[in-house]
Amino acid sequence: MNIIVCIKQVPNTISVQIDSGTGRLKRDGVESIINPFDEYAIEEGLRIKERVCGKVTVVTMGPPQAETALREAIAKGADEAVLVSDRAFGGADTLATSYTLSLAIKAIGSYDIIICGKQASDGDTAQVGPGIAEMLNIPHVAYVKKIESIDNKSIKVERMMEDGYDLIESQVPVLLTVVKEINNPRIASLKGKMIAKKAVIKILDAVAIGADIKKTGLNGSPTQVMKIFTPPQRAGGEKFTGEARDVAAALVKRLSDIGIV
Amino acid sequence: MVMNYMLSEEEKMMIETARTIAVEKMKPVRKHYDEKEEFPWDIVKEFAQADLCGVYIPEEYGGFGKGIMGLVLVVEELCKVDGAIALSLAATALGTLPILIAGNEEQKKKYLPDIASGKKLAAFGLTETNAGSDATGMITTAVKDGDYYILNGTKCFITNGGDAETYTIFAKTNPARGARGISCFIMEKGIPGFEFGKKEKKMGIKASSTRELVFNNCRVHKDQLLGKEGHGLMIAQATLDNSRPGVAAQALGIAAGALDEAVAYARKRVQFGQAIASFQGIQHMLADMATEVEAARALLYASARMIDSGTEKRTSKESAMAKLFCSEVAMKVTTNAVQIFGGYGYSREYPVEKMMRDAKITTLYEGTSQIQKNEIALNLIKEFATKSK
Repeated sequence: MNIIVCIKQVPNTISVQIDSGTGRLKRDGVESIINPFDEYAIEEGLRIKERVCGKVTVVTMGPPQAETALREAIAKGADEAVLVSDRAFGGADTLATSYTLSLAIKAIGSYDIIICGKQASDGDTAQVGPGIAEMLNIPHVAYVKKIESIDNKSIKVERMMEDGYDLIESQVPVLLTVVKEINNPRIASLKGKMIAKKAVIKILDAVAIGADIKKTGLNGSPTQVMKIFTPPQRAGGEKFTGEARDVAAALVKRLSDIGIV
Repeated sequence: MVMNYMLSEEEKMMIETARTIAVEKMKPVRKHYDEKEEFPWDIVKEFAQADLCGVYIPEEYGGFGKGIMGLVLVVEELCKVDGAIALSLAATALGTLPILIAGNEEQKKKYLPDIASGKKLAAFGLTETNAGSDATGMITTAVKDGDYYILNGTKCFITNGGDAETYTIFAKTNPARGARGISCFIMEKGIPGFEFGKKEKKMGIKASSTRELVFNNCRVHKDQLLGKEGHGLMIAQATLDNSRPGVAAQALGIAAGALDEAVAYARKRVQFGQAIASFQGIQHMLADMATEVEAARALLYASARMIDSGTEKRTSKESAMAKLFCSEVAMKVTTNAVQIFGGYGYSREYPVEKMMRDAKITTLYEGTSQIQKNEIALNLIKEFATKSK
């Protein structure tokens, strides 16, 4: 079974700042980590491999330094790593990223399962995973919290919902985005880290994946950030005090005044 | 910030891996295991998965091949968070060293890979009720019967007892010969006549099991003998030369962890309108603690490097110095950490009281501080005598 895990290198959100001029994240000098949700995607890929045999290929689109994230994934047990990197990919929104990654996945070759974290901790859009599935014309299931069963033809998963979960069966190949409830990611082993140090990371550029550079990077991104700001803090609520009877009456009156009841 | 000890990239890798497990996996459960006195199997699995169990075992037997220094770095880092949970790994090293030191190729191939992978834990069985500092006082016997030895007797205070699969056991094969009449055997859990007795209730290191091993006409094949008959005590001494830095690392880790807690608390705790870290009385305590911890680390790393270099035949003196100094520092530093926390330090709500309880054992097992001093003095005098000949 060929398993592809898409990951993203993100700034460690504990220390992130926003450039007030451009509205973008200030990435210089900020420690980079694997997007926390992608850690669950890597772990689930490894678990599928351990369950049914196969190969885990981890893919990221990013600048050359994103290689660090790929080596971390190899240290945890991924078999191969591909860095999709080209100046023409810079400044991509979710549409251009989905396009680029879908071409990269085609270039890698055959796949049965593609796994992504449910969203990235910097953009928080949750669009790239489903976007890749659309471009590849395969089904996807988002917010997967458990893989019930899996074989070469089909997969049964639990999709987390607000009020419970859906049990979904899908054909393979399929793309899944996973939530943190799905597993408890392992810590990279010493031998894994030694392998990661020496691993050769394959680099794919725009030519290698046959990308139309009008559809990649800034050129291919309809999304434009107009303004970014910190929303004002919510003011404290109203407090009613006094006898229970009076408080209840006052509360009902207030709620009906603002049209809630 | 620690001083620069010229650690290799692989050594830093081991520290980083141990730190991740300590902080992410051990810290959330350390209180649970201390209070419930349960064996920390969940964490042992993490050690195994991350390849920490075999850091000191040569690569040809499935380990990471980083010697006593590797063991020291990992144990120190884990013990900064919890000195009891980490003991499952450190005591396994103690039980494994006799095989590394005296085992033949077949024995090494048979036992080391499972220990290196963390599939099995090991334990060291020397101590008896009336044979502590004086190991020659043991009464467990191994009587030869054809191709077998028959063991009878009881070992006590055995760390990992009952939870380990592989045991290195010392018994008298020739009681008349005293120190030269002791032999060492590899024994596996589950063989007929090998049972587990009383489990100790202890002051600290509660997440570690300490148990009696009972041998009742227990038959063990002669292939399980380590080294030659009668060489047991020499194997035990060589083992302790290599393992005492492990105890020293445990002590150092506990001390370093307590120091971190004390500094953080002193900066946060406000009395008389200011953080207590601004008082010179507290500052001087912290300064002493930090200096002692760093001195302990320097002595320990130097001893571990000396052992690994293999340039000296015996390193009894240096191992004893590291163990003596680190364990006494651990007791001083943890006691002062409790002092800095004041009444809160005495409460189980905060981690320093546990660190103080856990630290005490390091001045006792694998030789008390007094025994370490005997060892140091004896070797000092011997070296001087050799030089002046």
